[in-house]
Amino acid sequence: MTEDEVVAELSSGMTVGIGGWGSRRKPMSLVRAMLRSDLRDLHVVSYGGPDVGLLCAAGRVRRITYGFVSLDSVPLEPHFRIARQTGSVEAREFDEGAFYLGLLAAVHRVPFYPTRAGLGSDMLTYNPDLKTVTSPYGDGTELVAVPAFDIDVSLVHMNRADAAGNGQFLGPDLYFDDLFAMAAERTFMSCERVVATEDLLSEGSVHTLKIPRLHTDGVVEAPGGAHFTECPPDYGRDEAFQREYAATARDPDAWARFCAEWLDLPSHDDYRARLADGAESAGAER
Amino acid sequence: MSDATIDEICLVALAEAFRGDGELLCHPMGPFPVAAGRLARASFEPDLMLTDTIAYAVVGTLPLGATVNRPGGVDEGIVVEGYLPFRTVFDQAWSGCRHVVMGASQIDRHGNQNFAAIGDYRKPKAQLLGLRGAPGNVINHTTSYWIPNQARAFSESVDVVSGPGYDRVAALPEPSGRFHEIRRVVTELAAFDFETPDRTMRLRSIHPGVSLDDVLAASPFEFSVPEDVPASRLPTAEELHLIRNVIDPGGIRKTEFRS
Repeated sequence: MTEDEVVAELSSGMTVGIGGWGSRRKPMSLVRAMLRSDLRDLHVVSYGGPDVGLLCAAGRVRRITYGFVSLDSVPLEPHFRIARQTGSVEAREFDEGAFYLGLLAAVHRVPFYPTRAGLGSDMLTYNPDLKTVTSPYGDGTELVAVPAFDIDVSLVHMNRADAAGNGQFLGPDLYFDDLFAMAAERTFMSCERVVATEDLLSEGSVHTLKIPRLHTDGVVEAPGGAHFTECPPDYGRDEAFQREYAATARDPDAWARFCAEWLDLPSHDDYRARLADGAESAGAER
Repeated sequence: MSDATIDEICLVALAEAFRGDGELLCHPMGPFPVAAGRLARASFEPDLMLTDTIAYAVVGTLPLGATVNRPGGVDEGIVVEGYLPFRTVFDQAWSGCRHVVMGASQIDRHGNQNFAAIGDYRKPKAQLLGLRGAPGNVINHTTSYWIPNQARAFSESVDVVSGPGYDRVAALPEPSGRFHEIRRVVTELAAFDFETPDRTMRLRSIHPGVSLDDVLAASPFEFSVPEDVPASRLPTAEELHLIRNVIDPGGIRKTEFRS
């Protein structure tokens, strides 16, 4: 599939889960394709990074369910900060670990998972629809009932995949991408490289095959698809690019220039070509 | 007379929060707390498990800023003893086998901590980090706080409770809050604990060179002051060597102190 074919499967108002973590292995070529579309009123579910920031800045988001929204080397996502401080999006914030249980409950098709995470904190105060339960075993423990996250479509980015949708991560952490894939009605996977099934074990052990094709509805080959977030071992974060992106939150003109230069492009190939041009001219300047 | 500077004294005071922890995941957030955790293990709490701040538990003392080499592979000389991706970290947290150090933009006398937002949460004047992992950490296992600017952070009340304090937890039905423990609050002036009958903040030690009046002046709320407040201990020669030459030769720890 292409990025645009994936986005054609989405519609306004949907709940979209996005894998990765902060500014790490985000399906950015798919997010950029969403920005090329006319999707709006989205409910985004994410351990958020620039995926959330970009969609907020472009006015595509109605509601965010999140554990945090960060660029890692920039602790708070700057476009998300604006969205929160202007009240332009509805925030449904969970403790990072409680968020994991919301995904897990959806995977296991149970209405909730209980946890202590959130008790006594304002997670409950500001999520008034969140309920607690009391242990049915007579010990009296009160627990937060984290509701299952109902996700229409999840988008994840893997290091490798085969054409059937078996996904492989080769970096230090899968994050929760397998749960995003299993929790959603449908999941589309971009990857750095599509490989033959018989080659899946040539770069990583069997333990890296964490998303079985059972949960994948389409594969997009997107080399550099996580840029500017990190995607080790294929590449690290493009910190210079991320700094430029972060600065656009302080300056509407800079944001307009960023959109024109990096977002208003017809395809991921064009984006890559422009990156390569930039690298070349930077090299020439040296 | 020791030539230890205030950053080094604070580092030792924060490392002291881990004394007696034995074998658990020492998981400080941010460079200064990470340095304190590494100091504790390298000097008096050898059984602690520490990560490279990414996903690997490592043996030996990494300098600040170094991680197990990415992408791929492990740097020579670094021994990995475990794998702790985020999912495992949550499992560890809920198992209780973990002690975190977090920061706080606001903290009150009960230990309620805020680094989520300033103003009305629904449309904050300033969005901060968010709740992050604080609610789940604090209710499940031992927590300490590192606060490099006491006067700014100590607050009569906090705008948003990320990590609940003792009053909030006491209001929960028994035994929901039984794993809650705020071990220590270390500021640039002093160390505090909650070892009082009503579990409110108590002055535990004052850093050398700081007066009691300084500590009192930097708090809008009252805290317990024992009759004889000890001075925070000075780093040993070995600890100074570890801090200056092994853990933080680049002096990253000093960036949190504005002179």
